[in-house]
Amino acid sequence: MAYSTELRNHQNEQHNFRVRLTIAALIALVTFSALGLRFYYLQVNRYDYYHTLAESNRISIVPISPNRGLILDRNGVVLAHNFFVYTLEVTPSKISNLDTTIADLGQMVEISAIDLKRFKKLKAESHSFESVPIRTHLNEIEAAKFAVNRYRFPGVELKSRLYRHYPQGELGTHAVGYISRINERDLAQLKEDNVISNYKGTDHIGKGGVEQAYERELHGTTGFQQVEINADGKAVRVLSSAAPTSGNNIVLSIDAKLQAIAEKAFGERRGSLVAIQPKTGEVLGFVSMPTFNPNLFVDGIDYDNWNLLNNSLDKPLINRALKGIYPPGSTFKPFVALAGLENGKREPPYSIQDAGYYTLPNSRHRYRDWKPSGHGTVDMRKAITISCDTFFYGLAMELGIERLTDFVRHFGFGQKTEIDIRGEVSGLLPTPEWKKRRFKQPWYMGETVIVGIGQGYTLTTPMQLAYATATLANQGTAIRPHIVNAVVNSKTHVVTPIPHTVLDKIDLKMQNLEIVKAGMVDVTLPGGTAASVGANAGYSIAAKTGTAQVIGIKQNEKYNEKSINERHRDHALFIAYAPADDPKIALAVIVENGGHGGSAAGPIARKVMDYFLLGKEPPEDAPKAELPLPTTALGEASTVVNAEEEHYD
Amino acid sequence: MISKFLSALFKHIDSVLLACVLFAMLVGLLVLYSASGQEFSRVSAQMINMSVALVAMWVVANIPPQQIERIAIPAYIVGVLLLIAVALFGDISHGARRWLNIGITKIQPSELLKLASPIMLAWYFSKRESNLTAIDFFIAALILAVPVLLIMKQPDLGTAMLVTASGFYVIFFAGLSWRFILGGIALVGALSPVFWSLLHDYQRRRIEILIDPTQDPLGSGYHIIQSTIAIGSGGMTGKGWLNGTQTQLDFLPERTTDFIFAVFGEEFGMIGNMLLLLLFAIIIARGFVIAAQAKSTFSRLLAGSISMTFFTYCFVNMGMVSGILPVVGVPLPLISYGGTSMLTLGLGFGLLMSIQTHKRLVATG
Repeated sequence: MAYSTELRNHQNEQHNFRVRLTIAALIALVTFSALGLRFYYLQVNRYDYYHTLAESNRISIVPISPNRGLILDRNGVVLAHNFFVYTLEVTPSKISNLDTTIADLGQMVEISAIDLKRFKKLKAESHSFESVPIRTHLNEIEAAKFAVNRYRFPGVELKSRLYRHYPQGELGTHAVGYISRINERDLAQLKEDNVISNYKGTDHIGKGGVEQAYERELHGTTGFQQVEINADGKAVRVLSSAAPTSGNNIVLSIDAKLQAIAEKAFGERRGSLVAIQPKTGEVLGFVSMPTFNPNLFVDGIDYDNWNLLNNSLDKPLINRALKGIYPPGSTFKPFVALAGLENGKREPPYSIQDAGYYTLPNSRHRYRDWKPSGHGTVDMRKAITISCDTFFYGLAMELGIERLTDFVRHFGFGQKTEIDIRGEVSGLLPTPEWKKRRFKQPWYMGETVIVGIGQGYTLTTPMQLAYATATLANQGTAIRPHIVNAVVNSKTHVVTPIPHTVLDKIDLKMQNLEIVKAGMVDVTLPGGTAASVGANAGYSIAAKTGTAQVIGIKQNEKYNEKSINERHRDHALFIAYAPADDPKIALAVIVENGGHGGSAAGPIARKVMDYFLLGKEPPEDAPKAELPLPTTALGEASTVVNAEEEHYD
Repeated sequence: MISKFLSALFKHIDSVLLACVLFAMLVGLLVLYSASGQEFSRVSAQMINMSVALVAMWVVANIPPQQIERIAIPAYIVGVLLLIAVALFGDISHGARRWLNIGITKIQPSELLKLASPIMLAWYFSKRESNLTAIDFFIAALILAVPVLLIMKQPDLGTAMLVTASGFYVIFFAGLSWRFILGGIALVGALSPVFWSLLHDYQRRRIEILIDPTQDPLGSGYHIIQSTIAIGSGGMTGKGWLNGTQTQLDFLPERTTDFIFAVFGEEFGMIGNMLLLLLFAIIIARGFVIAAQAKSTFSRLLAGSISMTFFTYCFVNMGMVSGILPVVGVPLPLISYGGTSMLTLGLGFGLLMSIQTHKRLVATG
């Protein structure tokens, strides 16, 4: 009985299955027939239509590239804009003899050797049916001359293209960035980001700085025209179109004037300065010296200029503010001091007798103070003021490397600051685990000692140092630094401000902060290591000087500035915030191979603070020559600045 | 001796399927040679893909269906775990998290689920056999939903759709009530205007472009405009092998992978297209015959689902390239360049052959 039901069920089920299978087969048959009909429609019914389309590829989709957004400083000074220029463009596949055509063209408009070189490079990089500029920036007369003779040059076209231009030239290039032609890598990235169709007809893309980081905002939306073209490839009529949408404008937090003052103050020296508004995280100045002229890159940089920039010993292309890593030297001390106070290792009346050196228990190795005879009685405040090494050697030892690094890490050391432009490196805050991983070696006590004065493995970027100083000025509230203040929608003109993000709120005791601040204020008063920086300022400056060794000095050797190659001299560092009681600006300055922080880096910081807090500008001297674009060699530009600097001091 | 060896070798191979598959592969290689600009490196790489797929097919064909039934649960669970692993540790490429790096090589677990899901469902229904109730279909839907949602999250809508289809076919063949099917269709129809009104403008725009790509002629619309020109200009007899102007002049994008059918249509014309349709139809029909003759519930559900999934591949790809379906990333089976999909196909055909050639054993067991 049971068996028979099962059997019946089984047969029943098989029957049902076959019914369904038949239905499925019918569905497959119907849809395949639909495909067959579609093929018939395309390949038989509309064959003529598609045949002609394919023959002449009559329909062409012409992208219309959008205007790139402007970049402005915090006061509306234009840092990057666009303007129309006439370019002469050649489509190699449409020309039978390229050399004679170029020679004929050269009789009408000037085509220099540099133009030719660039043309050859671009031609090699593109398809033969793409048009390649042979001459840019034609003037009205040249354009008119060609227009009259146009009939003689099939395959050569006069186009009016929008060009990016940086009116301030070299100013703040590392912050603003530049644009250059889209290369293979960019293409792959655009494909990966699924925005490639928006870049049809666009030749350029942001590289470095804000131009790169805010590419999406700046670029805009590409429009298009679907046009019918005749056999010569000329558009006959427009079938449909959509207008492009301009990119959004970007307003920076950078103050162009402050930036100019800072860059001028560096003169020919290498280094970096980052100035931040502590309460908001706005980056006011972002200097990496030497800088370079971004306009060189817009057309595709020529070989000579590229070599000049790329092979220069001064490495102008490197963004020192984000990528330069330097030992913080004595500028690290205020943070170590705070670590000691917060961990209860140094109560205020505590002082040491400094004999000019520090030794570890059971060791004869002397960790020397920068002052061989020692500083005598030194308490915490004085230790900061006079930058007493011995004091901080002992403090670091008592804290131990873990407690020390755990504390200062909150100030951003050894980590990226998350600033809104790319390429930042994280520096290094050494720990025993790190050393084990990196060198497979144990941590030595002596290494803790020298971390106390910011030497050893410790490395920071100028950006990090400025961020740490801003956090200190802000009493432990760490704000994410940003170089862009707002994005302005090109269509609606709606301003979207970049929000101030609190990254960390370090729990600090007010009295401890006061001690460190007092020590730092004394630094710029008579008796401090940067007394000259504070002289006649009219506002109080909390600061710390620093020097970072470039090469190691042996135990019994003396550091002699004069005998050492200029590039092996110590780096000069300086951090400061002012006014000390209500900080409006915090900054870090590094002058590579500058020697002493107070004398080399301090004056630069003072000029920046004077401008920002008092509106004082350094006396204007020999007017800065407006640099003609874009062929000015870099060397000329730096000599101009240098001449000014000498006059200035 | 040799003939004995050969007969052992081909004992579990279905000759009709094998002949059709080999023929389709040959066509695929010819088209690929033309599509890749007559470069042999792509073709030889594809030959390796095909060899691997054929070996996999042979191995699976030699495993009896009862054994396959036994691995249904482990295969499904491993597949889902791998999908979870992808969601947690997968490599991101092209904005989606699809690949899992397992040291030696990268794998794409979603591909595994194209077979593991229908196997699991076929197993479930064969266990419940004659006492199916609405609850069973609900559980089946759940079994299918887990991997599908994980794949959608990657996001990989094309694969999610195919996995859904392969699972749905099992459920359909198991006898899901017509009321559910028609009711479901009616419900989707009724709810879509509501759903539409809830979407943001940009989301609507994206769906509109998916349905009508000509609205985005710089992006996906470009593909469709160029591929319809290619197919249409092929005419009745085609422009001849290696003579497709759209193909050879670089107008056709992705012409070795998802859009390879446009190359075929341009060079072999209407006649070629019809013959290719016929070839695919024979493969599908053979799958249906195998399903109809299968002796166990598991085998027939699985064979039916595999055949219908293969049909879906063909229809969706050719439909999208010829411009009657939205553009989703589905390759043309046996023709498009690619190792993973080729391997999945090989395994699928192996399953069909196993079901066809192990019938006697099932009947006695």
